[in-house]
Amino acid sequence: MTLLLGALTIGLILSLLAMGVFISFRIFEIPDITTDGSITLGASICAVLLIHHVNPFLATGAGAVGGAMAGATTGIIHTKFKINALLAGILVMTALYSVNLHVMGRSNIPLMQASTLNSHAEELGAKLLQAQTINVLGWTVASADAALLVLAAACAAIAGLVLYLFFRTNIGTAMRATGDNAQMVRALGANVDGYIIMGLALSNSLVALSGALLAQYQGFADAQMGIGMIVWGLASVIIGEALTGSRTLGLTIMGAIMGSVLFRLLVATALRWGLNPNDLKLITAFFVFAALVLPGFFARLNRKKAATA
Amino acid sequence: MLKLKGLHKTFNPGTVNEVRALQGVDLTIEEGSFVVVLGMNGSGKSTLLNAVAGSFFVDEGRIELAGIDVTGWPEHRRAKLIGRVFQNPFSGTAPSMSIAENFALATHRGKPRGLGWALSPKLMGPLRDRIASLKMGLENRLDNAIGSLSGGQRQALTLLMASWLKPSLLLLDEHTAALDPKSAEQVIALTSEVIQRDRLTTLMVTHSMHQAVSLGDRIIMMNKGRIFHDFRGAEKRQFRPEDLVDRFEEIRRREQLDETAADLLRRTYV
Repeated sequence: MTLLLGALTIGLILSLLAMGVFISFRIFEIPDITTDGSITLGASICAVLLIHHVNPFLATGAGAVGGAMAGATTGIIHTKFKINALLAGILVMTALYSVNLHVMGRSNIPLMQASTLNSHAEELGAKLLQAQTINVLGWTVASADAALLVLAAACAAIAGLVLYLFFRTNIGTAMRATGDNAQMVRALGANVDGYIIMGLALSNSLVALSGALLAQYQGFADAQMGIGMIVWGLASVIIGEALTGSRTLGLTIMGAIMGSVLFRLLVATALRWGLNPNDLKLITAFFVFAALVLPGFFARLNRKKAATA
Repeated sequence: MLKLKGLHKTFNPGTVNEVRALQGVDLTIEEGSFVVVLGMNGSGKSTLLNAVAGSFFVDEGRIELAGIDVTGWPEHRRAKLIGRVFQNPFSGTAPSMSIAENFALATHRGKPRGLGWALSPKLMGPLRDRIASLKMGLENRLDNAIGSLSGGQRQALTLLMASWLKPSLLLLDEHTAALDPKSAEQVIALTSEVIQRDRLTTLMVTHSMHQAVSLGDRIIMMNKGRIFHDFRGAEKRQFRPEDLVDRFEEIRRREQLDETAADLLRRTYV
């Protein structure tokens, strides 16, 4: 049960990553690998502030701001210096590795002693429930774990809602159109470069927020924690689209959250059944490859069938 | 009013792909005038439109629009003054977004976009009325993705979007060339209606002699990056498509002559 709860909580925390990847990959059609660096940046900024006894809300927010700056940097390199988006992301991601080490001052910061959002949530949970454990549908659950799950769910729900509302404003609508038809957006007087920079900043701030929450949940920030996270986010977005479709904005954002949770559950289950954790990234990469290639492959197959029939 | 002075533009200068697209274009278009630009492929007519719209900066020359020097303005800034319909029906609309959302973007052309609700009730009422006036039955499909519509419908909507806020200049770049004849006719009828209603200053590029003769109050013919003929007033009104074809034939003959003359010189002296 603890395992399921943990998987759900991490899935919800990483749904912020999935929403960030949704913005860069689906709205702007940029596979933004800055993600790998900015999730660690969010975690390291937050961790450093926490061990200096900064308010956890502030520390988490600061992590998100760091991510926004990283994303904006990628956006500026891509639009103003005309460097391929993928390469711009690689440059910033590589630079961020050093930045993260400098921010933390070492490669790993444990947060066991620090007062974090999670320790707050645990205390609050214990206070409200007046018990160490609670009973959910017949299962005994540690109230601390339940409180963490609620915290993660609240974060995901708020972020999803804010994102949904934002993308229905004038500025958000123009941003979505930028990925759809940049030529038209220019002809209608909007600064495409500005929107790409803003969009990547928004995307990476969500990713960094996810990193800050993840560091607090797992109790440490680590320089290596971002490796392969973009692929993780892609997998979540793709699963989400399979679950809810991508007809409307609301459904797609919900899909990204659900996709992240489902993917984490699948991974937790596979690990429980004895999957070698070292193979995890290989399998994730293969999964994303298959998800990107198979729809086209099946479409071709169907066309061939239709042609011969 | 649009004033162009000595516009020059060379693409890929100094390479084998060098194209001297504009070689000194001077043109003044009065307020409320509807100018049709004709020319063969590669004559520079689309380049001229793109230069005015700001798709690229000109190498030399000056572009003045509504009394403002916009030569150094980027495309999105000029869009405040310019409404535009492209040749490709896919260029003027965002395909995966709804009709209403596309118009929400158009109603803010050149204006700051804030955190206001894009699909405000204030927009939806007039939008439904205006789209109903097209008589295409689209007023009940405002939430449909614009990509699901036909090319003719998309061009009609792009035209409405371009003219929703009255532009100082309307640019039409062969906007019916990719349509079937019936849709093209509908879009042309709508074009005349929109331009007449708002008395829009218009620059339209076309390949159709028929459109050139029946529309507008001035015809400009371009060749090799220069303005070659400029007909207006009574002369323009008397034109028949055959006259225009004759003029093109004249250009063609003169070029052939140039070609052979050049050849002759080459053979003699090289």
